[in-house]
Amino acid sequence: MLSRTAENLYWTGRYMERAENLARVLDVSHRNALLGLSGASPESEWRDAVASLGNPPQFADPEHRLDEVEVTRFFTVDGDSTWSIKFCVRAARENARALRAVISTEMWESLNTTWLALRDLDESGLRSRGLREFFDWVKDRSHLFRGVTHGTTLHNDAFHFLRLGTFLERADGTARLLDTKYQALADMDAEAPGATYYAWGAVLRQASAFRAYHQTYHDVITPPRVAELLLLRPEMPRSLRFCANQVSEHLDALASTRDLEAQRLAGELHAQLRFARIDRVLARGLHDFLGNVTERLAQLSTQLAQDFLMTV
Amino acid sequence: MTMPPFLDEMYGPCTLEDFAARRASSQVRSPYRHIDEWLQSTDPAVFASKREEADLIFRRVGITFNVYGDQAGTERLIPFDIIPRVLAADEWSRLATGLVQRVKALNMFLHDIYHGQEAVRAGVVPEAHLLHNSLFRPEMKGVDLPGNVYVNIAGIDIVRVEEGSFYVLEDNLRTPSGVSYMLQNRAVMMRLFPQVFAKARVAPIDHYCQELLRSLRSVAPTSTEGEPTVVVMTPGPYNSAYFEHTFLAEQMGVELAEGQDLFVRDNAVYMRTTMGPRRVHVIYRRVDDDSLDPLAFRPDSMLGVPGLLSVYRNGGVTLANAIGTGVADDKSSYPYVPDLIQFYLGEKPILSNVPTYRCARDEDRSYVLEHLPELVVKQTQGSGGYGMLIGPRSTKEEQMKFRALILARPDGYIAQPTLALSSCPTFVEEGIAPRHIDLRPFILTGTHGSVVVPGGLTRVALTRGSLVVNSSQGGGTKDTWVLRP
Repeated sequence: MLSRTAENLYWTGRYMERAENLARVLDVSHRNALLGLSGASPESEWRDAVASLGNPPQFADPEHRLDEVEVTRFFTVDGDSTWSIKFCVRAARENARALRAVISTEMWESLNTTWLALRDLDESGLRSRGLREFFDWVKDRSHLFRGVTHGTTLHNDAFHFLRLGTFLERADGTARLLDTKYQALADMDAEAPGATYYAWGAVLRQASAFRAYHQTYHDVITPPRVAELLLLRPEMPRSLRFCANQVSEHLDALASTRDLEAQRLAGELHAQLRFARIDRVLARGLHDFLGNVTERLAQLSTQLAQDFLMTV
Repeated sequence: MTMPPFLDEMYGPCTLEDFAARRASSQVRSPYRHIDEWLQSTDPAVFASKREEADLIFRRVGITFNVYGDQAGTERLIPFDIIPRVLAADEWSRLATGLVQRVKALNMFLHDIYHGQEAVRAGVVPEAHLLHNSLFRPEMKGVDLPGNVYVNIAGIDIVRVEEGSFYVLEDNLRTPSGVSYMLQNRAVMMRLFPQVFAKARVAPIDHYCQELLRSLRSVAPTSTEGEPTVVVMTPGPYNSAYFEHTFLAEQMGVELAEGQDLFVRDNAVYMRTTMGPRRVHVIYRRVDDDSLDPLAFRPDSMLGVPGLLSVYRNGGVTLANAIGTGVADDKSSYPYVPDLIQFYLGEKPILSNVPTYRCARDEDRSYVLEHLPELVVKQTQGSGGYGMLIGPRSTKEEQMKFRALILARPDGYIAQPTLALSSCPTFVEEGIAPRHIDLRPFILTGTHGSVVVPGGLTRVALTRGSLVVNSSQGGGTKDTWVLRP
């Protein structure tokens, strides 16, 4: 396969996942702001959201007071922002445009329809439509694209590259979410008995893991378990371990008979997550652990570029 | 305005006014016998629904084209008409022989231009014609190509004026497009109207892409070890013919590469693949000469491959078509082609040229300037129906504008009599009416010789009385049937 084709596939997967991740984070932040659960001020909720979405330079000034309207616009319908859902969907669609001969018609149509519905949406349109409804719609479109991909295209190299993008992006999102929230919420424990439930419940919802938590632990929500679920559980589809496992498997399939450095890096990351214990991780500091994971993910992307001659 | 009479391919000589009467008489030229039966016996409601179905198929498959100067990224459908254009076996065989003859001479002409220039020395073509032609590529002088094939894919535009006479309107020897429509039109017709197909005994064209691949592989560099690797090179998704590029790559089972996918190393071209660099032997390029190599031609071009020209000149890769074929297909070379056939092949040209006045010649120019209202004036290097004057349909202002243009740059223009192009019955709003058509067959040449699949792209001017068939100017297309002998 041409490296550019692989690149287009990779970024299609990545951008669609990023759009979904944006919708998840913003959705939960809005609910929290509504409930007034963010402890000190509503602004800290938005500060957290901005941090877990990657701290764009536009909001880097600590003096800059964040408000809901500005943050929401920037990450949803702002056509000039490269951090918006609109931008991600357009980028996914533009990448897929060059793939018309590679991907199934249904995949193209799904992306194209999403883009056409989003293209002319502006702030007032977004508000009159309702934020919750909009975020649900973005998640739905992402689910649909994923399902259509699974069900209509050959599970060959093209599929593997698309999924590589999906899982690297998802791992990145989960790592950042945990990192931001764990620090911010660590001090809340003692304050009020209900606070942990709401605050950590929100984190779980962000990762579609609220029900999964109860099914797994059958117990009240505690921060270490939330961390374990999102880091180390193999059956949790947004956990870092799950993502690393997927990345590793897709790379093995792509390597065929070759021995690639990217495979080794992915295998190493997966092993690290597979054999870690949450109490040790927390004792040594979650922030450092996640920092290390994020670094490995970045290394892995660079290595993909070398192993497959892509520019990513 | 009363229009002059013309040949209708189905009903014979007629005018716009007496077409209805001719149709009622049901006297048709013999190749159209089955079409007539089909039109007579089919419920008009069926045609209406089939036409909608055809539209849907084209839209779904994504057979669209981008219009230059239109809103960026706009994708449009070329209108498709369901009444096919039919050629009898003997009409076709004469045409095909003439096309092969013409392409053979044009290939020899190109080889000659870039080598001994015997045609110049023999006085068939004036030397000034080559020296002043911006499409002449000095880089190609003395370069030897596999099998001396310069034009692997030619699209020659043919019109018919009266029974038994085909004229060549234009040679397209650079990157002729339209073959994907020829193939898709056939696929759609076979799907919509299988019955009439079976009766009419239409020659198949589906092997076009196989023949294309065969020609391309045949011209791989002589140094090629093992199976040659062929790619289609496209300027990218925003090019007007991008659909065709993807279609051809897919049908041949080869990669569709952009300039950025290719690179040069050690006198060879490679493509970047996920399994590492892979040597490329033949590039079917749908990119202009100017954009092929930023080191050699336009430095601002993002479409090309740095260093490509040097590998090409050293025989490390084959480009199809060759660089510098434009010198043989621009409208100022066109008038010489019949003489060139005679010169290189010692044969009489089977296909005629349309009589052509060269504005660079004093005598011709004064004739042209006096007869602007009757003539079609074309730019020698224009294409796509842009920048031409159709005398009988032009205003006084347009004629004045062209007079000034011709006087300012006489060698930039030629003129031809306005031909009464033949017509073919076509579905239009008021029902079935005659619309003027042309034909672009595609001639494939490899080291084994030339092949023409029996068919071509029939383009139809959908506006009443119009002679401009270009898709960018509102033209449509039809399926083209060549009947089996």
